[in-house]
Amino acid sequence: MGLKKILDNMKPAFSEGGKLSAFGSLFDAAETFFFVPNETAKVRGAQIHDAIDSKRSIFFVVIALIPALLFGMYNIGLQHNIAIGACTEDICGCFLYGLAAMLPKIVVSYAVGLGIEVAIAQYKKEEVHEGFFVTGILIPMIVPVNCPLWILAVATAFAVIFAKEVFGGTGMNIFNPALVTRAFLFFAYPAMMSGDKVWVNENYIDCINGTVDGYSAATPLGQLGAGEPVTYSAMDTIIGTIPGSIGETSVIAIAIGAIILIWAGIASWKIIVSTFVGGALMAYVLPYSGAENFEWWEQLTVGGFAFGAVFMATDPVTAARTECGKYIYGFLIGAMAIIIRVLNPGFPEGMMLAILLMNVFAPLIDYCFVQSNINKRAKRAAK
Amino acid sequence: MSLFSKENGEVFKSPLNLNNPVAVQVLGICSALAVTSQLKPAIVMGLSVTVITAFSNVIISLLRKTIPNRIRIIVQLVVVAALVTIVSNILKAYVYDVSVQLSVYVGLIITNCILMGRLEAFAMQNGPWESFLDGVGNGLGYAFVLVVVGFFRELLGFGTILGFQVIPDSCYMENGGLYFNNGMMTMPAMALILVACFIWAHRSINKEQ
Repeated sequence: MGLKKILDNMKPAFSEGGKLSAFGSLFDAAETFFFVPNETAKVRGAQIHDAIDSKRSIFFVVIALIPALLFGMYNIGLQHNIAIGACTEDICGCFLYGLAAMLPKIVVSYAVGLGIEVAIAQYKKEEVHEGFFVTGILIPMIVPVNCPLWILAVATAFAVIFAKEVFGGTGMNIFNPALVTRAFLFFAYPAMMSGDKVWVNENYIDCINGTVDGYSAATPLGQLGAGEPVTYSAMDTIIGTIPGSIGETSVIAIAIGAIILIWAGIASWKIIVSTFVGGALMAYVLPYSGAENFEWWEQLTVGGFAFGAVFMATDPVTAARTECGKYIYGFLIGAMAIIIRVLNPGFPEGMMLAILLMNVFAPLIDYCFVQSNINKRAKRAAK
Repeated sequence: MSLFSKENGEVFKSPLNLNNPVAVQVLGICSALAVTSQLKPAIVMGLSVTVITAFSNVIISLLRKTIPNRIRIIVQLVVVAALVTIVSNILKAYVYDVSVQLSVYVGLIITNCILMGRLEAFAMQNGPWESFLDGVGNGLGYAFVLVVVGFFRELLGFGTILGFQVIPDSCYMENGGLYFNNGMMTMPAMALILVACFIWAHRSINKEQ
């Protein structure tokens, strides 16, 4: 194990009192990133020990995001080529264009987020937590393609500091930091994020292809919100060749991610299923008025609904933790998202707000179920 | 006891920093969120509160031995209400546009916790001069937070300071730059976060609290 030796040799310099102890938390992060740490929590009282530590479990989420990410990159290029009227057959070209658009965003998101996390961990003399590995890849996937990098950096810094670190870091946050990033962008820079006409890249990476000025395509949700007919077929919205946030368009790619997550036991299938049930029920009860060629179930395929249900609502930190509570939590997310979409024309996309809202209520749901369980048992014991 | 003794200096200085009504006692938050979207109303509001706190403190301090204990709150309210009405009318007469911007919040100074707090906690027990210093100190302590929050909200939310364009036009996205005003700064939610940041910085500097 060459790498292991190198790390072991470097260790003394980074430990307390060593020459490079200022970067100790960074070294620790790298070491536990490559190798499972030797020390685990001490066994005290009733505990369940699992062989998988949180860095490994976090990695499954990143793997599950890859299909959606790759398709998102391809779709950026495809939408760009449609916009400028260029050839749309060239899959490789489309993908490379999207890759070039995506990479700076991923780099900025990780650099800013991890930079802040490492600085705070070093200041508090703690380890760097691994939660940001997922947040850092989620953030670029839920922002518009043409979002300037400095705005992305500001929003990421805001979310990491105010949604996560002030609450005590990974595992303590009330809100999902990636969604807070998007909410910050949404309210602070509404011109970038309004969700009705988004997100075909215009002229930021014009070194690769020709540019279009002032072109913006309407998303299906934007058309619905404005009461216009939807110009995308159900098949388009399922495959994902529509304008939209980078990761959210393809239901198929998200479904692959969902299978990986459920198979690995990372995400709760109860939350995913109940979110879709809640959304479907509400979409059936509450159709858009005057949208003829738009079936009620297509609500679940457009916008960020599927992406939010699979990758955002299932975040184990901010979701409900009681098993029955997960059904309620998911159901209300799905229902709220559709209600916001249909009833509030100011917010064509309701998924982000629905999940953030239910993040607040998750502890309350848990409390009710735990309390009712206690009462039930107390009654049984009293008999 | 001389007018500018050490104790009196302390009475004046402590609410400016270590006993700041907003940052330490966390009073008067509602108006701090409502009026600070721009710097000018924040300054006017801070000064109005300073004047009202100072003079209501003096008046109550003069009356403190004659006010029956059971109706003291009513008496305090009458004094504050009279002063608020005077200040509100002065604002309408001389800075009408700001007074329109502040709208109900001038009238709502009457419900500002800082005022009632100082009357109850200080003016009812101390002489007029100390009460005056205490009122001015607390008012300025409040005004200071408002000005800091208003400064950042106006700078980041509108790109102006006191109405003057600070961020050059050419930086904006419409004109080919990369800059956007932060719309969230114009909302009260962001004011709350800014006040929190102020408190954070204040506590980090004054560790002994």
